[in-house]
Amino acid sequence: MPLQVKRLLIVFAILIGTMFALKYFLTPESWREFGPYRGNALKEIAAQEAKYIDTKTCAMCHDLIAELKNNGEHNSIQCENCHGPGYKHIDDQENNEMKIPKGREFCIRCHARNAARPLNIIKQIDATEHNIGEDCITCHNPHQPWL
Amino acid sequence: MAIKKENVSRRDFLKKSSMFAGGVVFVSLLNPFKVVYATKKPKGKGKWYGIAIDIEKCIGCGSCARACKTENNVPNEPFFFRNWVEQYTITNDEQVMVSSPNGGIDGFKQAVPDEDIYKTFFVPKMCNHCAKSPCTQVCPVGASFESPEGLALVDQNYCIGCGYCVQACPYGCRYIDPAKGVVDKCTLCYHRLQKDLDPACMMACPTGARIYGDLNDRDSAVSLFIKEYNCAVLKPQLNTDSKLYYYALSQEVH
Repeated sequence: MPLQVKRLLIVFAILIGTMFALKYFLTPESWREFGPYRGNALKEIAAQEAKYIDTKTCAMCHDLIAELKNNGEHNSIQCENCHGPGYKHIDDQENNEMKIPKGREFCIRCHARNAARPLNIIKQIDATEHNIGEDCITCHNPHQPWL
Repeated sequence: MAIKKENVSRRDFLKKSSMFAGGVVFVSLLNPFKVVYATKKPKGKGKWYGIAIDIEKCIGCGSCARACKTENNVPNEPFFFRNWVEQYTITNDEQVMVSSPNGGIDGFKQAVPDEDIYKTFFVPKMCNHCAKSPCTQVCPVGASFESPEGLALVDQNYCIGCGYCVQACPYGCRYIDPAKGVVDKCTLCYHRLQKDLDPACMMACPTGARIYGDLNDRDSAVSLFIKEYNCAVLKPQLNTDSKLYYYALSQEVH
């Protein structure tokens, strides 16, 4: 074998060896557990805390008000949809009060007349005419609007 | 070494080149050109999540976008979203207008008077969790991937924040988190699914316009919905194999 080829082969061997060494040290743990990514990433994402609980958990303490809601028009809405996430409230009620939205603005997010809102799905009012200045909750009980 | 030209006859040349061409064809037959999937759909067991949205039921309240922001710590301002709602308005003179003020979280106000409207509707948008996702294919470090359940996820501890995937997503469903400097996107609330809870947007929808479930299971809510209603996906020409199915989707939506 000519000398220059021998020298080149040595250089190639060193380069390839370095590549394998780098690959060994730089490939993160659990790489290719499921595919070309860190398998542990799935566990890390799954470990995040869930903030919204569910209406059943709310009803364990607030049973009467949950029953009122579930028998009314708002039965498809979850408690936390208006009152905010309850993951802190279930452990410590005193320091983590739930939101109680009262303003008109909150109700008309859903109930303001908009041509894109299907009339058979949601009842709508013209927010510029319907009892201007009044809060909705003076007439309607938010847990059962037609009570 | 000089090439001896006289040794190459026409017959030899044709013979060798046809052998080479035949070899190429033979190899391509052995390994036919397959479609590139980011992850393969599991055969038999294993979940394969899909989403369906009923546009006729959407009232544009923005509960989904609000719940998602709260659940997943999406920054409130500047306005980044994992899911959001758009209102499409087609006027009588055939103009298409799209509005999404703050992604719909503060409600919508219709600027066009009712008599000028030909058609108007809400379209909730979110990650399509494509099976052939363009966003996961471009990631240079393997931080963007598809989970075995068919969800396009981001490994935020590994992402370098280069933003290739943000540009690659044809649906605009990714953003760079300004605080962390890495990409963030819808995970279909993977952390909730693993705890047997519904994703935040599905839980928050008051009219049941959003449905999700296992596409492998013929009796899941989403499979039955797709079977019953004639659904379409966004940008089917891009061949992304999107798993977000819209019922009553208009041609104007893009």
